[in-house]
This record gives sequence, C-alpha cells and structure tokens, in this order.
Amino acid sequence: MTTSTTPNTPNAPSRRPSPYWIYLAPGFLVFALVIGAPLLANIGLSFTNWRGSGTPEWAGVDNYTRLAGDDVFWLSFRNNLVLMVGMVIIPTMLGLLISATLFDYIGSTFSERWSSFFRAGYYLPQLLPIAVAGVVWGWILHPRYGVLNTLLETVGLDALTNNWLGDKSTALLSVGAVMVWFQLGYPIVIFMAALGRVEPSLYEAAALDGADWRRRFRHITIPMIRPELMVVLLTTTVHALKVFAQVYVLTGGGPGNATNVPAYFSYQNFFEKAQVGYGAAVANALTIVIVAVMFVFLRVQAAAEREAENR
Amino acid sequence: MNALHRRGPVAWLVLAGLLVLLLALVGPFLIVALNSVKSPEDYSSNGPLALPVEIHLDGIRALWGRIDYPRKLWNSLVISLTVSVLAVTISVFNAYALGIGRVRGRYFLIAVFLLANTLPQEALVYPLYYAAKEVGLYNTRLMVIIIFVAIQSAFGTYLLSSALSAFPTELLEAARIDGASRFQILWRVVVPIVRPMLMVLFVFFFIWTWNEFFIPFVFLISNDVQTLPVALGVLQGQRMVDATAQSASALLGMVPALIFFLLFQRSLVKGVVAGAVK
Repeated sequence: MTTSTTPNTPNAPSRRPSPYWIYLAPGFLVFALVIGAPLLANIGLSFTNWRGSGTPEWAGVDNYTRLAGDDVFWLSFRNNLVLMVGMVIIPTMLGLLISATLFDYIGSTFSERWSSFFRAGYYLPQLLPIAVAGVVWGWILHPRYGVLNTLLETVGLDALTNNWLGDKSTALLSVGAVMVWFQLGYPIVIFMAALGRVEPSLYEAAALDGADWRRRFRHITIPMIRPELMVVLLTTTVHALKVFAQVYVLTGGGPGNATNVPAYFSYQNFFEKAQVGYGAAVANALTIVIVAVMFVFLRVQAAAEREAENR
Repeated sequence: MNALHRRGPVAWLVLAGLLVLLLALVGPFLIVALNSVKSPEDYSSNGPLALPVEIHLDGIRALWGRIDYPRKLWNSLVISLTVSVLAVTISVFNAYALGIGRVRGRYFLIAVFLLANTLPQEALVYPLYYAAKEVGLYNTRLMVIIIFVAIQSAFGTYLLSSALSAFPTELLEAARIDGASRFQILWRVVVPIVRPMLMVLFVFFFIWTWNEFFIPFVFLISNDVQTLPVALGVLQGQRMVDATAQSASALLGMVPALIFFLLFQRSLVKGVVAGAVK
C-alpha cells in the first residue's frame, strides 16, 4: 500500500488527519479509561463530601479550606521534606562522590572491573520490591529482637539501643536512613554512565597540569554530568513525594503521625475513614505539588541546555 | 604530585572504604539469609549475628505454606509478564504514530504521557476502585493488569517517541518505495531496529510491575490473587510475625529480585541510563 501523503517530511503540513492516528487508538483508550477519566473524577470528588456510597453532595471548596487548617496534612508534607533528605539529597551527593571515585580513581588505579563490580553491588537494593525492603528493615530495626539493637548490645553500646521505628524522635529519621540504603544505587549507575561520555584524556591532561582529585571533581566531573544531575534530582524528588509502601510497611504512619506522608494520609482518608472527598483533596494537593516540581525542573533544565548551547 | 596509576596506601584505603560501604549495602541481604535458616531457639539464645547452629528450614517452610508462596509467585509472574508484553506493544504503537507518523499535536501528547507517568497513584485510585467494583473487576488480576498497562505504557511512549523521531528517514523511504504498508514498515523495519530498546523496556516494565505495592495492595485483597510483595508487606504491616518468620519472609521476597538481578543486570544498567538521557 502506498500513500500519497508524506508524513515524514515535517515541512509539508497536511490538512488531512494523519493516517497514523489509528496507531494511537488502543493506547488512547487505555489511557483515557485508567488515567484521564479517574483523574477528572478525583478532581470532581474533591469538591464533594462523598463517603463512598450514595450520591455525592456538592461541598464547594470545603475540603480545601479544611486542608489548609489541618495540622496532620501540613505535618505530612513536613515529614515528606525530611524524607527527601534521605531520598534525594544524601543519595545524590554521596552518589556523585562515589561515582567520581569509582570512575576517576578506582577505574584508573585498579581496574574497570573493580568499578563495575562496585556499581553492581551498590545497585542491588534498588531491585528489591519496596515492601520487601520494608520487611527486611522492620526486622533489623525491631526494638526487641532486631539486628541493630543486638549489635549495639554486643559491642557494649547498650545506651544507644532504641525503639527505632516506634519512638517519635527517631521514627522518621530511621525511615529516611532506610531510604538512603535503598536509593543510593540509582544515582551511582546514572552518574557513572554519564562519566563514560567524558573524554578520559580530559582527566589525564588535568592531572598532568597538576589538578588534584578535588579540582578535577569540581571543574570536570560536575559540569560534565550536569544534565544527569538534573534528571536524578527530578526523578528522586518525584519518587520521594510519592512515598507510600515504605511508610505502610515500616511504621503505618505512626507513632502518632510522626511518619505520616501525604500519599499515606490520602489513603487513610479514602479507605480507613471513608472520607473520600477529603482524601481526593489531599491527593490533588499532592498532584499539584508534583506537577509544579516537574514544571520547575523542566524549565531549569531547558534554560541550562540553552546556556550550554550558547557557550 | 598526583600520579594516576600508582597504588599507594591512599588507594588501598579508598578501596577499603568502598568495600565497607558495599558491605553496608549488601549486609542486610547476607544477614537475612543467615537468619532465615535458624531455629527460633537458636535465634533467641545466640542472637542474629551468630552463624546458625544447624541449617533449619522450618521457618522458611512454615512461611512458604502460610502465604502459599508458589501461588503468590505465579500471580506476580502472570501480572508482570502480561503488563510488560501489552505495555511494550502499546508503547510501540503510540511511539510509531508520535515519533515517525508525527501526528499533529505530538509534543503536547508526549508531554501528557510524561505527566501521566509522574502522577501520584492516589489521585487515580478511588475512582478506579469504585469503577472496578461496579463492573466486577475488583479483586481480579485483570484490573491490576489494565491499570499498569496504562501507567507503564505512558512512560514507554515518552521514551520511545523521542527515540523514533530520530529514526533514519531513508530506511522508511526505501521500504515505502518497495511498496510496504504502514504496518509492514512498523513490523519489518522499525521494530527490528529498536528491538534492543524494546527489550530494555520489557525488563523494566516487568520489574517495576513486580515491585509495585500500592495499586495491587488496594485492588487485590484475597489470597488467591495477591502478588508476592503485597502478601509479604501486609504480613509485616499487621505485625503478626516473629523474628525468624520475618527473616524467612524477607528471604522469600528477595530471591526473585536476586534472580532478576542476575538475569537482567546488563539490560538494567543500560535501561537506567537510557531513561536518564532520554
């Protein structure tokens, strides 16, 4: 079958609908049913006081005004910010340092084998289902029989033992620490791949000129992998905002909301308290934050790309 | 001052530091394996750090039966495989239209797909839950499959569209002159060339779907349809297990992940990278 239209020449605008539309049909159908319609329905629900059965009653912006004054809601976002330290900031910074060491130091001083061996090992936790990671750490951090407390007692540091996940002062930090363990492999894999693009001679020339490791890191590594740095920051921030399973498995949001996060809070309203309208409002607030984060990052990235082109 | 290839004491120190870090990251895996083969008495008298007095498989066996492990593996496998196949197929179709067909409004559509992939599932879950109950799909694997086909293919479409928009036009032109139909061009020209990328997508969809928690947790409530991570996560969430059962549970959850790691290591590393650089 031959076609007279040439959809492949972008300069030839055709007024007829493209014959390729048909290929979008199945994807579009699934997309509309699973993502489009539910998203719109959820927005609608957030303006009602529906409890999951019967006819939803219009409630205007009641749910949103309630949100604004709800301490638990704000606490859940604040907790999320703390978790971001464990999911975004620490893994990214450590990841930068480690991948630069593996690439510019271990790779050249020992061998490439060693650096890929380390990379694979560091990536391992990333493959676990997050719920299973929760089982592992729930056991390690258990106050009575957990590995961490036993270890502390064995080395005579009894004073440091703690109910890591059950104590208000340590629960959130413990979840954050587990997230560092879980996330670290991701930036390492990405950054090492990015460094693979860099001309090795660049490092050698800099070293011959007397630039030590720290200066090579600042003046070669960081600028060269800036695009990947942005991607890692964006994806891990979005992941951090969506945290649910970790909290469900490790702490159930407790003790006393000390580890509650927006995703878990909306779940509680939907399925535990049957406050569907309010849960929908919480979920929408979270959506708005995520979309805003995406938007800002994409703008910054576009600006950085333009700047790089002009240089 | 800084010789690149000399292995001084500093070099060995750095290597040792990296090894310690590796041990900290892999340690939990080892310690789980160590304790899942202990008897409860052994665990309570010698603690979690001692080597097992003898290999004791009752904990694993008990948990195996308690959660019906083969059944859970099967459910996870069926859901993840079906989702991967369908989501890759839909991603290819979408990307063919958007990247090669260049239908009007493609940039907008690609942005919509990207955005859809970043939405929190909480913003979709209740309407989906209600609809599933209405049409009788609640508590079925099919419902979870449909949802993840949509979510994963949104990402696949985004990734593949940009790859296909750089597809060599000469190849398409040549095929067209030879009289190939649009479907033949897709199947005989485009798919074979992007096959490595499709494999990477397949592996990722499989593992992502396998690892998912929230949606399967909400939609699959009975034992015969639950996935493995949901069964283990719920068991943990109820705080109804003792120490050795918990490590057995962790072990049973880790084994499939370790197998995937060994099978797919290359594609995974390649894929993480492809996702990062578009």
